[in-house]
Amino acid sequence: MTDALLYGLAACGLIGLGLYGLIANPAPLRKILAFNIMGGGVFLLAGAIARRGAGAGFGGDPVPQALLITGIVVAFSATALAVALVLRLNAVAGDTTLAEPPPANDD
Amino acid sequence: MTAVAMTTPQGWLLVAAVLLPFIGMMVGLVAGGRHAARVAAVVIIAGLAIAAVTVRAVLDAPQVYLLGGWAPPLGVALRADGLAAAMMAVVAVVIAGIALYARRDFATPPCSAEARAPLAFWLLLLAVWGSLNLVFVSGDLFTLYVGLELLTFAGVPLVCLDGRGETLRAALRYLLFALLGSLLYLLGAVLVYGAYATLDIAMLAQLVQPGVLSWTVLALMTVGLLAKTALFPLHIWLPPAHAGAPAAASAVLSALVVKGSWFLVVRLWFDAMPAVVTFSAAQLLGGLGAAAIVFGSIVALRQKRLKLLVAYSTIAQIGYLFLMFPLAFDVAAGTMLHGGALTGGLLQAASHATAKAGMFMAAGLIYAALGHDRIADLGGVARALPVTVLAFAVAGLALMGVLPSGAYLAKKLLLDAAASGGQWWWTAVLQGGAAFTAGYVVLVLTRALRAPPVPLQLATKVSRLSEFAALGLALLSMLLGFAAAGLPAGLISNPLAPKELLPTLLVVAGGFALAAALARRPLFGDGPWRRLTAAAGTGFENADALLRRWPTASLALIIFAAAFGWLLHTGTPA
Amino acid sequence: MMMLFDVGLVVVLLGLAAWVVLARNAFAAVAAFIAYGLLLTLAWLQLHGIDIALTEAAIGGGLTGALLIGAVTRLGSAPPIAPATSMTLALAAVAAAATTAILAACVLALPDPAPTLAPLVADNIAATGVGNAITAVLLSFRSMDTLLEAIVLLFALAGAWSLGADSAWPGRPGFAQSAPPNGILAYLARILPPIGLVIGIYIFWTGADNPGGKFQGATILAAMWLLTMAAGLTDAPRVGSRWLRAALVAGPLGFIAAGVLGSVSAGAFLALPAGHAKPMILAIEIALMPTLTLILALLIPGPPQRVTS
Repeated sequence: MTDALLYGLAACGLIGLGLYGLIANPAPLRKILAFNIMGGGVFLLAGAIARRGAGAGFGGDPVPQALLITGIVVAFSATALAVALVLRLNAVAGDTTLAEPPPANDD
Repeated sequence: MTAVAMTTPQGWLLVAAVLLPFIGMMVGLVAGGRHAARVAAVVIIAGLAIAAVTVRAVLDAPQVYLLGGWAPPLGVALRADGLAAAMMAVVAVVIAGIALYARRDFATPPCSAEARAPLAFWLLLLAVWGSLNLVFVSGDLFTLYVGLELLTFAGVPLVCLDGRGETLRAALRYLLFALLGSLLYLLGAVLVYGAYATLDIAMLAQLVQPGVLSWTVLALMTVGLLAKTALFPLHIWLPPAHAGAPAAASAVLSALVVKGSWFLVVRLWFDAMPAVVTFSAAQLLGGLGAAAIVFGSIVALRQKRLKLLVAYSTIAQIGYLFLMFPLAFDVAAGTMLHGGALTGGLLQAASHATAKAGMFMAAGLIYAALGHDRIADLGGVARALPVTVLAFAVAGLALMGVLPSGAYLAKKLLLDAAASGGQWWWTAVLQGGAAFTAGYVVLVLTRALRAPPVPLQLATKVSRLSEFAALGLALLSMLLGFAAAGLPAGLISNPLAPKELLPTLLVVAGGFALAAALARRPLFGDGPWRRLTAAAGTGFENADALLRRWPTASLALIIFAAAFGWLLHTGTPA
Repeated sequence: MMMLFDVGLVVVLLGLAAWVVLARNAFAAVAAFIAYGLLLTLAWLQLHGIDIALTEAAIGGGLTGALLIGAVTRLGSAPPIAPATSMTLALAAVAAAATTAILAACVLALPDPAPTLAPLVADNIAATGVGNAITAVLLSFRSMDTLLEAIVLLFALAGAWSLGADSAWPGRPGFAQSAPPNGILAYLARILPPIGLVIGIYIFWTGADNPGGKFQGATILAAMWLLTMAAGLTDAPRVGSRWLRAALVAGPLGFIAAGVLGSVSAGAFLALPAGHAKPMILAIEIALMPTLTLILALLIPGPPQRVTS
C-alpha cells in the first residue's frame, strides 16, 4: 500500500464521518463542524491524488495542491459566514434550531 | 462547447462581463451610502452593453479567452457559446429591471449618510451578477466551484436583509444545505482531476469514459447542484428563504440565483460528460422535474400568503427546467445532444427568469400597499393597484405558456422533441403542467378581482417606477416568443386557430378546476367533493413539511446520488 | 517505519473526526476539531505538501479554531436542540457508510499510472520566474482562481457585516475587550506581535521560491492583530471607516489592475510580461497582503455590534 492510497482511503472515511454529522446532528454549530470534517476529507483526497501525480521533481502534482489552498480559504470563508449567521440568529431569536416553527394559523 | 485553444478577438468581453460587476461592488463599498446605488446604476448600463455586444459576437462564433495566456489543462479558459451568451443577456436585463424596482425600497433614508440594508442590497446585487456571469462563461470545473460559492455567499445575505429571526433561520438553512451541495460538487471535481488530470470542460468532453469513477462523479456533482437549485424533493430551504426576503431580493434569488447551479447541471450533462449520461438517468432527472411541477403547484395552492405561493410556484418552475434533459437524450447515439430540446430548456429559463422576477415584484408591491399579503384578503386590490395586478396576470400567463410567451415557444420545442424521440409521456407532463401553473394564477386573480368587504385602505402609496418595472419584465417574458424569428418557421401559428385556442382554453379550465379543488379556501362553494380534494391538499402540505425537515432532505440527497449512480451504471451498455 | 507512522496518523485522524461528530459536548467537539486540524497538517507534510500544511495550520486549524471557540462560547447559554431520532441516526449511518464505500471504490479505481500535470508545470515554471511551483500555479497558470478567492473572502466579510443590527451600523465589530492591563494576555499581546510581524513577513517573502506565501503570512499577521484586540490594546475599526474599506478592496483591485497591465504588455489579462514575471507576482502579492490580513482578522469578530464615538 502506498501512502497516497492510505490517505486516499482515510479521506473517504473522513468524508463519511462528516456526512454523518451533517445529516444527524441537529445543532447548526455541529453541522458547521461536520462540514469542516467533510471538507477536510475532500481536501485530503485531493492531497492524495496530488501525491499520486508526483513526478518531474515534485513530491506531488502542484496543480491540485494549489487548488487545495484555494479550497481551504473558501471553506474558511463559508465557516465564517455560517458562524456569523448562527450567532446573529441566537442573538435575535434566542435559539439556533433549524426547524421551522409551525405556521401561524391566521386563517 | 468546442475546444478552441485560442483566445478569440472578442474574448475579452467575457473577462469584462465577469469583472465589471465585481469591480462595481468593490467601488460601491468604498464609496458607500447612496453612492452605492449610483455605482450600481453605472455598472448596470455598462453591463447591459457588454451583454449585448457579447450576444452579437457569439452569433458569429463562440468566444474564448485564455486567462493569463495559458491554455488548459494548465490554464483556465473562459468560453461563451450561445447558451452562455443568452443567459448573460437575460440576467443583465432582469438585473436592470430589479434595480429599477428596488430604487425606492432600497434608497438610503434622507436622514442618514449610510444605512445597512440598502448598502448591502446594492453590493450583493452586483455580487450575484458577477458570480452568475462567471458561472456562465467559466470553462473549468474548479473555477466554477469558486463561482458557485461566490453565488451562494452573495445570495444568502439577501435572504435576511431585514434581520428578522425567521429570515435569519431561513438564510442559515439555505447556507448549510448549499454548503453540503458544494462539497459534493467539489468532491466530484477532485475525482475528475484524479482520473483525467484536467478540469477543463472541453477537454473532459473528449476524455471522459463511462466507469465507476465517472458515474460517481456525475451523480455526486449533479445532486450537489440540485441541492443548490432546490429541485424537488431537495427544496428544503427555498420557500422560507424566497418568501421571507424583501421582494427585490426574492426576485434576485428566485429568478436568477437558482439558475446558476441549474446552468452547471446543463454544462455537466451536455458538455462535460454527455457520453456518460444514460437514458434512465435522464428520465430520473426529468421525473424529478415533473414531480416538482405537480408538487410545487399544489402546495402553492394551499398557501395563505401570496409571497409563499409565489415561492412554491418557483419550485414548480424549477421543475420545468429539468424536463429538457430526457428529451435531449439521443437513444441511438447514447449521448446528450445540443438541439431543439436544449433550446427549449434555455427559453424556459429565460422566460421564467423574467416572469418570476415580475411576479415577485408584483407580490411585493401588493404586500407593501396592503400591509399584508393574505391571499384570502386580496379583494379590491385589482382596482387599487391595476398596473401591479396586470403585471402579476401577465407574468402568470407567460408562465402558463400562453402565446406568444417564451414558455409557449419552449413548450413547442419540447413537444417536438418528445414526438420525434418517441417519449410520448413527456407530452402529457408538458400539457398538464400548464394547467397546474394556471391553478395558482387563477386563484390569485380571482381573489384580487373580487370586491372587498370594506373599502381598501392602502398602507402606503407604491412607486410607479416599481410597478412598471414589474410589468416590463412580465411583458418581456410574454413577448419572448418572438425570439422565434431565429428559429425554424411554423413554430408560432395564429393564436385564435382552433389548434391553438383549444389547448389554451383547456389549460385555463384545468386551472380553474385545480384551484376550486385544492385552494385553501373554497373558490366556488363547498361540498363532499371539495372536502375530499381539500384533504388531499392537506396531505401534500404534510408531505412537504416532512420533506423539508433537515434529516429527510439530507438523506434524500444521498439516496438520489445513489439512484443517479445506479442508473448511470446499469443504463450503460456493457 | 514511515508507513507505521502514517497508519497511526490516519487512525488518530479518523478517531478525532469521529469524536468531533459524536461528542455530546460542543466544547469537546471544538477542541477535538482543533486537534484534527493540527494532525491534518502532519498529513500534508507526509503527502509532500508543505505549502498546504502551512495553510492548514494557519487557516484550517488556527483561524477556523479561533472562530469556532468564540462561537461555542457565545452559544453556551443557547437553549439545547432536540436530538435526532434513532431512526435518523441509523439511516444517516447507512448513508455515510455507503458513501465511504463507494468513494473507496473510486479511489481504488483511479488510473495507474496517475495522470498528472506535474511535467507540464515543470516545463513552464521558468516562464513565471518563481521557484515555488505552488506559487506559479496560484499566481500565473491559474491566477484567476486566486483573484476570485480574494473576492470570495470579501463577499464573506460583506455578508457577515450585512447581518449586523441597523442600530450598530456603521459601528465596530465584536464586543469591546478589556483584559487586565497586567495580565498574561496583555503581556503576550505586547511581546508576540513584533515577533509575529517578522515571521509573517518572512513567510510571505519566502513564498516566491520556497514553501510559504501570502495567505500563510497574512494569517499570522491577522492572528497578531486579533491578539492585540483580544487584550484590549487595539480596537476593531468601524465598518464605516473609509480607509478600512479602501484597504479591503485594494488587493483585488490591484490584482485586476495588474491583470489589465498584463493584457497591454503581455497580450492577455493576468498574463505576466516576459522577464518581469517575478516582480509582477511580488507586486500582486504585496497588494493582496494587507487586504487578506484585514479580511481574515475581521471575519473572526463578525458583524458590527456597537457604535462608539
